[in-house]
Amino acid sequence: MMPTIEIKDLVKTFGATRALDGLDLSVAEGEAHGFLGPNGAGKSTTIRILLGLYRADSGTARLLGGDPWRDATSLHRRIAYMPGDVTLWPNLTGGEVIDLLGRLRGGLDARRRARLIERFELDPTKKGRTYSKGNRQKVALVAALASDADLLILDEPTSGLDPLMEQVFRGCIREERDRGRTVLLSSHILGEVEALCDRVTIVRKGRTIESGTLDELRHLTRTTVEAEVTRTPDLDGLAHVVQAHGRRVRLEVDSAHLQPALERLTAAGVRSLISRPPTLEELFLRHYGDDERDA
Amino acid sequence: MSGTRELVRLALRRDRVFLPGWLAFLAGAVVLTGSSYSSLYATHGSRREVVEGLGSTPATLALYGRIYSDSVGGLTAWRVLGIAVALAGLMSFLVVVRHTRADEESGRTELLGAGAVDRRAPLAAALIVAVGAGVALGVLVAAGLIAIGLPVAGSLAVGAAFLATGAMFAAVGALAAQVAVFGRSANAIAGAVLGAAYLVRAIGDAGPHRLSWLSPLGWCQQLRPYAGERWWLLALAAALVVPLVAAAFVLLDRRDLGAGIVAPRPGPPAAAPSLRSPLALAWRLQRGPLAVWVASFAIVGVALGSLANDIGSVIGDSRAVRDALAKIGGQHGLADAYLATSMSAFGLIAAVYAVQAILRLRAEETGGHAEALLATGVSRTRWTLSHAAIAAAGTLAILAAAGLSAGGAHALQTSNATQLGRVLAAALVQAPAAWILGAVGLALFGLAPRLTAAAWALIALCLLLGQLGPVLDLGRALLDASPFTHVPKLPGGAFTAAPASLTAVAAAFGAAGVAALRRRDLG
Repeated sequence: MMPTIEIKDLVKTFGATRALDGLDLSVAEGEAHGFLGPNGAGKSTTIRILLGLYRADSGTARLLGGDPWRDATSLHRRIAYMPGDVTLWPNLTGGEVIDLLGRLRGGLDARRRARLIERFELDPTKKGRTYSKGNRQKVALVAALASDADLLILDEPTSGLDPLMEQVFRGCIREERDRGRTVLLSSHILGEVEALCDRVTIVRKGRTIESGTLDELRHLTRTTVEAEVTRTPDLDGLAHVVQAHGRRVRLEVDSAHLQPALERLTAAGVRSLISRPPTLEELFLRHYGDDERDA
Repeated sequence: MSGTRELVRLALRRDRVFLPGWLAFLAGAVVLTGSSYSSLYATHGSRREVVEGLGSTPATLALYGRIYSDSVGGLTAWRVLGIAVALAGLMSFLVVVRHTRADEESGRTELLGAGAVDRRAPLAAALIVAVGAGVALGVLVAAGLIAIGLPVAGSLAVGAAFLATGAMFAAVGALAAQVAVFGRSANAIAGAVLGAAYLVRAIGDAGPHRLSWLSPLGWCQQLRPYAGERWWLLALAAALVVPLVAAAFVLLDRRDLGAGIVAPRPGPPAAAPSLRSPLALAWRLQRGPLAVWVASFAIVGVALGSLANDIGSVIGDSRAVRDALAKIGGQHGLADAYLATSMSAFGLIAAVYAVQAILRLRAEETGGHAEALLATGVSRTRWTLSHAAIAAAGTLAILAAAGLSAGGAHALQTSNATQLGRVLAAALVQAPAAWILGAVGLALFGLAPRLTAAAWALIALCLLLGQLGPVLDLGRALLDASPFTHVPKLPGGAFTAAPASLTAVAAAFGAAGVAALRRRDLG
């Protein structure tokens, strides 16, 4: 089956800046895909190319079987987009903006609109400029979610929402996923991506550095093991010892070394053992860390 | 007030093109007027003819005010203290609103206010910059007029008039910025005050002269440069500035950041069924400013139209004026020549509307609104054409307002209903020339979006060519570069095919803009 989004070796430069430098991204139909990366990594540029707002210098981008630049208008009827920086027309009310954007996309479901406004506790009678950042985002979210689009593209949708609204948002996205819609979620909130996404792509400096299911990514990286031992274990070359306080040790072990490392720990006399997979945050920080070392 | 100095520097940095451009334009226009009058009206006799002829028609009295001295300086002061001074007021309140309310609306003030910046500092800094620009303008004007050999005292008085107007309308802008919540509405309020001041002075100078004393713009003329300067009038200006500024600071102290005196009202929770196309949105966004344009053109149209019939009786047999008007208008009938001149002025101002309306596209792009819109099923072409349609139809609408009101007033005065149609046609025939400037704006938007402001410079160029061209005997090729040169001189003149070709040129520029926009990055 053709992926909903298929990007290969995408390059986009702005003057001397190389915003995208061979980026790859593949999103299958019906999946929720997390799109991660530090600020300036090229996430929003990629999304703008997918929306046909920017034209790629080289590489290929396919969206819902079409060309995002050439077929922009017809593709957009099947996409709901929420920009990262939501700006509303100052003299239009939130309700008017929701209706307008929905109609321009080819119609919106009045019942869903009403339900979403209620769930997000949005006042649709306020004028654009009087909304706070979080409320502006709610307007854009309701506009995007009330549509009947096949693909949702959300660029940092919850950066201004409070924790309660964040929960409402997660509930909505789960429902969309269950209805078979595809979601591309660019986010900085890793817990959110972990909770919602089947697969993730991590980008840095305009390139894709990791892509896969969370399980696959975890497999690629180290597991954290904390143990209380009776003797100091010999772990040379097998694990990275993060902390060692007397008989308590904390290690980070590559998946490939997990078996021998545990054997040596056992040999040292294990009294207690906690092992947990890396969080997305740890995955992410590792790449951030690389970023800083490069700098 | 802590932070004021830094904010002044920030404002100067942000206005590094805007302010010098305005100062050069205004000071240049004043000095050019002075030097061209020095050669054009070198003899006393020629100047007397102006004073007794052109200078005493109700129309020129209204436009420029009264002449207080028949010296070269006196004529120069008369010519520049009407409109150029009002433009200095415009510059002044635009600067103040831009650095106060507009920044507050966009949230920049909040960002700065969290630093070690006094809450009064932004207003203080904006006033310092605006009044400072007024001082610079006054000095440039005075020095320029002295340099071309006009008397020192009078030249200083002309400079002082510019400074005083700048200061007064900076104060008006400061107050308007406290009352309104949006930068745009603050500008509208200050603009309305400026328009009213101009109108009151115009009516007073053409009729009951006492009325002129109610207008701050009238005071500038009563300063009487080169005609026994009345310096005490500057104290009157100061007496207006001080309470206005004080009131602005009092209001500032009593309100929250971002709040105004007029609270925003809630609106409809759902969009009207008609709001379902990019055209409907463009109309919604542009209808407010368009209404203001239509109303202003209608009011000024009535004022100018009702003066047309008196032109002949006022000028009498002065051959020089007939010739002068005929030179500008190219007509035989004086009323027709006057109306033709008025309508071409409307045409040029309509170009300002056309450019402003088309550049709304750029504002929508930089404001991030285009991104949301173009991510729906709206194509770039359709979005662009929606605003272009409003700009084109709006240009026709405001010209129709001017033509109908001026024509109606003239028809009533002459008891001749056919005048309505003649003047309306004279107004509408201006549209293609104005469209060209709007279309150039559209072409710039497509090809070089960062240079869209060049469209304004082109309007200024057309204004200069139209004003100075016939006087300075500029080359034909240069004059032909302005689309307004080709507009048929109606009423009275021969109707030509030029409007059709001008429309074609406008369409070509517009098409180039739309085609280029389809190729570039957007957002």
